[in-house]
Amino acid sequence: MAANGQKSDKKTDYQGKMHNLQKDMIGRYYDSLTACAEGKGGKAVYMMISGNPVELIQAFDMIPVYPEVNALQLAVKKQALPLILEAEEMGYSTDNCAYVKADIGMYFKGRKTPFATIPEPDLILCNYVGCNVYLQWFEHLAQYSGREIYNLDIPFSRTLTDEPSEEDLNYVVKQLEEIIEVCERITGKSLDYKKLQRIVELSGETGALWCEIKKLTMCRPSPFDSYFDSVTMMAPLYCLRGTEDGLWFFQEAYKEMKARADRHEGPLPEEKFRFVIEGPPPWPYLRQFRDMFSRWGAVAVASTYSTVGGIWEFGFRHDPMRPLESIAKHMLQFNLTNRNFIQRYKQIKDYVEQWNADALVIHSVKSCRLFSAGQGDMREYFTKELNVPTLLIESDLEDPRYFSEAQLRNRVDAFFESLEHRKMLVAK
Amino acid sequence: MATTQVQEKPRLESIFDECRVISEDVEFEAAKRWLAKNPGRKAIGCFPIYAPVELIHAAGMLPLGIIGAGNQIEITHADSRFQSFVCSIVKSTLELGFTDRLKFMEGMMFHSICDPARNLASVFIRNFPGTFVEYVHFPQNLASPLGTQYLETEYRRVLGNLEARAGRKVTTEDLNRSIQLYNQIRGILRELYQIRADSPQLISATESFVLTRAGTLMAPEDHLKMLQEVLGLVRVRPARPKDRIRVVLEGSFCELPPIALIETLEEAGCYILDDDFLRGWRWFTSDIPIQSNPLTALAESYANRSYYSGIKHDTRETKFGHLIQMAKDKKADAVIIQAAKFCEPALFDYALYRKALDDANIPHLLLEFEEKTWIFDRARSEVETFVESLLFD
Repeated sequence: MAANGQKSDKKTDYQGKMHNLQKDMIGRYYDSLTACAEGKGGKAVYMMISGNPVELIQAFDMIPVYPEVNALQLAVKKQALPLILEAEEMGYSTDNCAYVKADIGMYFKGRKTPFATIPEPDLILCNYVGCNVYLQWFEHLAQYSGREIYNLDIPFSRTLTDEPSEEDLNYVVKQLEEIIEVCERITGKSLDYKKLQRIVELSGETGALWCEIKKLTMCRPSPFDSYFDSVTMMAPLYCLRGTEDGLWFFQEAYKEMKARADRHEGPLPEEKFRFVIEGPPPWPYLRQFRDMFSRWGAVAVASTYSTVGGIWEFGFRHDPMRPLESIAKHMLQFNLTNRNFIQRYKQIKDYVEQWNADALVIHSVKSCRLFSAGQGDMREYFTKELNVPTLLIESDLEDPRYFSEAQLRNRVDAFFESLEHRKMLVAK
Repeated sequence: MATTQVQEKPRLESIFDECRVISEDVEFEAAKRWLAKNPGRKAIGCFPIYAPVELIHAAGMLPLGIIGAGNQIEITHADSRFQSFVCSIVKSTLELGFTDRLKFMEGMMFHSICDPARNLASVFIRNFPGTFVEYVHFPQNLASPLGTQYLETEYRRVLGNLEARAGRKVTTEDLNRSIQLYNQIRGILRELYQIRADSPQLISATESFVLTRAGTLMAPEDHLKMLQEVLGLVRVRPARPKDRIRVVLEGSFCELPPIALIETLEEAGCYILDDDFLRGWRWFTSDIPIQSNPLTALAESYANRSYYSGIKHDTRETKFGHLIQMAKDKKADAVIIQAAKFCEPALFDYALYRKALDDANIPHLLLEFEEKTWIFDRARSEVETFVESLLFD
């Protein structure tokens, strides 16, 4: 989902085979949404991308619909602003998350987008994994559509241990059982447990591959950019996780990236800086933003945003022998949004150390307080306690009005200039 | 020969003045005095909205409402940690921590109300190592009995941590005693709110606010005595109704409006018949039953005996439905949505409230405020204009 139809500079041609494959698959996914919207079959389930039970939905042959993905697609295609303004006319605030505003604007414009017609929901499944805006967003969609909503409540990671308690796990599993009943009622089919196990197995294998792909960026040079390329690779992780197609995509992606790593090939002519990046990308300006780092030979080797859908780097796998329990664990423990801020600090610290990064870039976005509120403290921690050079810059993930290109470029330039200087001094 | 008499301030006014002083005291003197008189006892700060104060009290500790610092302190440390687009209460509460004003307490209890508040809990843990920091996850699946069953396990977990910190076990009797005490407090507050709706000239929204707020900063036993006295005095207060429009106010459930802002709204021509100020400390619509399993009673009451709120997403009913009903029950002329700046839950709710109020033909006004404001000219003129438009329509 990098900007389409753009002239590519030979030096910074970001489109690889894997990008095109992904565009193809997601295109077909969106066609199925349009078909559903046009009454040609299928039951649509709205969900959030972070920590969700898509495996259950796939087991019932229902179609997962992701308002977040739709919103970001609109931003990438530079269609978001008029929709945001529509929502603001309806009474939404400039301080409300722009993902929601773009989606609501789109809903009231007949749910038609350049890439699909989004079907009305047959079920609104709010997987509440940390992000409180999810609850508001789906509450509003339920009100506007008049359709059934289920709040799947995932207790937040709130204790000093990383492991969820038995009580929390039990609560989530029991809710999944209720959701199975809901899906049976909506589809008129019983759950095929063996099918669910097969789907969970596919998720497990997909997650394992994603983990291996991410580990490749430990190489020097990194074979791909773990932010700009990862976020475009992510869509099949939600839209197609648990399917044969989804698994095949990641098998192909792994092959391509591994081959690049073996050839010591990176996305840039020369890798001069390796950084970890925290925060969602500015979707309307993905390419301009990427260029700001590429001109310094800076490649992202790890990113937190690429783990919103799930964190597989640190050992988690969906387990077909315990499908509901492992789906529950994924939602409770192994996605970014349900983990607390301190766990995020640890995640970033691990990335910096294990992936050998030179710096941390914090991209603070106005819309998303889950990511952003308190990133000043994050910067304190990394600069003062861990001595990691850290750059904090601000814009937005969806609303194009908050992106000041010149200002951002100046900040990025100043940062890498001083980093370059630092490297030179150390080399001496 | 006439002698000059010193007019003694009526008892009721004295009480409200005292409450105002306590409400604005960011050194928490009232609480510190109580702790000095009760050596060995500890205090736990509770961030908005509803914290299970009954559990804290049952463990022998004093629950205190740590709800930002209003317009009483300057934010010099906390604004480097939280961005400009985050609400003030998060920053001012952190500032209270950085300026050592919270050291007299054991620690803080946070819970799931919104994204910045959640991150605040982590920032506290990192910056004040060794303090007690608890985070309660309240259920958002209230349509299923699973939600309350879960909450009971959560209360058990939290109680265990409180017991460890307090160094004592908590019995069923302890819990029921505390529940009973807070039931009485909330019962009187409900009565006072009913009086405000029926005869708003007897107690103003400002007075009711400082009375409630002061209660969050003192021992509940003392607050109960004060409330009993106030209730008696209010009922017989000599006061004549003024010509004002009747409004209900919604959206100020977390960050507290400056006291002078509430006064400004009233002086601009409104009787505020109902509000959601300090909603968490007035969470229940009726008494929590006293029964052999108090944690079950507390959990069930959280789900089924509580007011609607921006931070509680109960799919069984709509918030705007409750708001409309409330406005009708109180025979309000209008609704004021008074949301804290950058308050995401309140601002999200506004979009649905606005449509519902328009559909129900109820006039309404949106006001955004910040706890740290000193100047209210704009708010005053907005409300005056609104009042005029209603009086002369």
